[in-house]
Amino acid sequence: MHDVLVRTNEAPRLRVFRRLSELWGSREILANLASKELRVKYKSSALGVAWSMLNPALYLVVFYVVFTYFLRSGIEDFPVYLLSGLVPWTLFTTGLQGATTSVVGGANLVAKVAFPHEMLPLAAIRAQTVNFFFQLVVLVAFLLIFGYPLVHRGILLLPLALAVLLVFTTALGMATSALNVRYRDTGHLVDLALLAWFWSTPIVYPSSLVRDNLEGAFSLYLLNPLANIILAFQRGIYGGVSREALESLPALGLTWYGMRLLVVGAASLVLLYFSWRLFFRRSGDFAEEL
Amino acid sequence: MPQAAISVEGISKRFRLFHERPTSVKERLLRLRGSRGEDFWALRDVGFEVPEGKTWGLVGANGSGKTTLLKVIGGILRPTEGRVVTQGRIAALLELGAGFHPELTGRENVYLNASILGLSRHETDLYFDEIVAFAELEEFIDSQVKYYSSGMFVRLGFAVAVHVDPSILLIDEVLAVGDEAFQRKCLRRIREFQAEGRTIVFVTHAIQQVQLICDGAVMLDHGQVRAMGDVADVIKEYRLVMLRRHIGFARRDLTRSAEIAAVELMDAEGESSSIVPPGGELTVQVDVRANRPVDDPVISLVIFDANGQFVFRTGTAEMRLGRLEGKLRVGFEMTSLPLADGRYSLTVGIHDRSERIVHDWHDQRYVFDVAGGLMEDSQIYIPVETRVERL
Repeated sequence: MHDVLVRTNEAPRLRVFRRLSELWGSREILANLASKELRVKYKSSALGVAWSMLNPALYLVVFYVVFTYFLRSGIEDFPVYLLSGLVPWTLFTTGLQGATTSVVGGANLVAKVAFPHEMLPLAAIRAQTVNFFFQLVVLVAFLLIFGYPLVHRGILLLPLALAVLLVFTTALGMATSALNVRYRDTGHLVDLALLAWFWSTPIVYPSSLVRDNLEGAFSLYLLNPLANIILAFQRGIYGGVSREALESLPALGLTWYGMRLLVVGAASLVLLYFSWRLFFRRSGDFAEEL
Repeated sequence: MPQAAISVEGISKRFRLFHERPTSVKERLLRLRGSRGEDFWALRDVGFEVPEGKTWGLVGANGSGKTTLLKVIGGILRPTEGRVVTQGRIAALLELGAGFHPELTGRENVYLNASILGLSRHETDLYFDEIVAFAELEEFIDSQVKYYSSGMFVRLGFAVAVHVDPSILLIDEVLAVGDEAFQRKCLRRIREFQAEGRTIVFVTHAIQQVQLICDGAVMLDHGQVRAMGDVADVIKEYRLVMLRRHIGFARRDLTRSAEIAAVELMDAEGESSSIVPPGGELTVQVDVRANRPVDDPVISLVIFDANGQFVFRTGTAEMRLGRLEGKLRVGFEMTSLPLADGRYSLTVGIHDRSERIVHDWHDQRYVFDVAGGLMEDSQIYIPVETRVERL
């Protein structure tokens, strides 16, 4: 017979490949949940998806005006610098926050239907990834309109940087979403942590600021996985803008960034394994605890 | 012997009842030493098997653990003890339209819900028209679900659920919803499922449905199996337990120390009759015979309506009959029956004051009709004297 299922009181053990193939089998749930999230967000709004593009567009305009005419930030082409860090950061923060609340938010589903619960945090992150691409479109449009070079060697870093960012976000999101079921403080804690994290990551200020002022601390500063990921995005987008822009970043060549991405990626995968295991073990009790 | 599609082996399920759940870290730390809440066993050592292709009913009073058991079988809850072995794809209909999002249209919800229940997009495409037709929502399928009536919502939920292609179907009282026509449709669909050889576990309060469609049944009582197997036996037990809420003497172990020898229904003239007009007189005469001397027996009379609902109870408890030897005739003279038109049945019993010792009882064995042309659906009969005065 097919599909023999035995359930006991033991917490299920995560077998990565078997579970992956199960998840693959129900991948349509992921697509549908993610599209639900996006649809619900923009339902009954006249502009719909345009809202997720308006947000970065407005940022660009405001920062362009403010930093070109009023405040001299000392960063060349500041709007591009800002956006090339802010867009991936937004993916990280909205993805992590969405994932954290996803299981609690899907309570009525979890309590009534048996389905792979991993789909909930994954769908939240996937929905934010779609938003990320919309925002990327705005950034590209901006670069084109203002005649910045779009294609250069640096963009080779972008796919890897995005992949590492997604793995890292998923690794954290799995753990926080599972913990948030029992401890609702998790959500608040994540919000707070993200605030501190934002300022520990070179997004609104250049990383050279840290390098030049806190000499010894720079290598410590670079232990922040997000800093490495964001720097790679900046190298990939902002780094092509001009010679000055490139030189304001920590390294010229791509290898420095690539190696760091690989290290962060490998560490994220290990982290993902453990947080997935935590999620999986706890997911049997979700229906009870919600 | 057919293979068991579902095998429930010694399942227990414990819930922790926190009077206030510690849902934050701080509370958790504060409570580490304090009480962790009480344990509540929703299921205790429940075991049974459902053979492949059979339909089993799950009955029991509210809170007896039916839904919990269904959730354990469906893999939504983890058992505390024991194990469940199932063979084949399971669809659990615990709540129709679970996961419907009010902001999305009917169409969008169908696709979302179907995928969560395990239908692929391609399959949903194939069944889509059928689903919509089944739910009778052709005109509204592109409206947001928040504008649906609760009936429409549930219809769509059921329509999606029954088009999933499970080999095991778990149904939790979902047939109690919707109007009669839709209920009939649902029952038809369940019969189709049966004909296709699927295994069904079916929770219900409507005992007639169990009689109608189940091959076997399990009755739960406070989380334990009270009866299982043959539908007729289980229903008998279930009826007893339900009866006992109103009549404590509804028990099976009879002493036979005293017996009900005869029961006669008579009209005002003392003629044997089983038809009474509203407001009419009815005497129920009960003859009791003591086989052995019995101390302080109580003879009780209970009236039920045609649906088996409790209507009225009386008895000789106040009269203190003392020691009973030989024969006794009790006449319950009901001088004016305030009952509306319909068929009623009588239960008669002899028992002790605590109702724990039961000598004999006859369950709804005697029937009378109230007939007299009251308006349809009248609940009771009220004797009215209408006076008109010209002023």
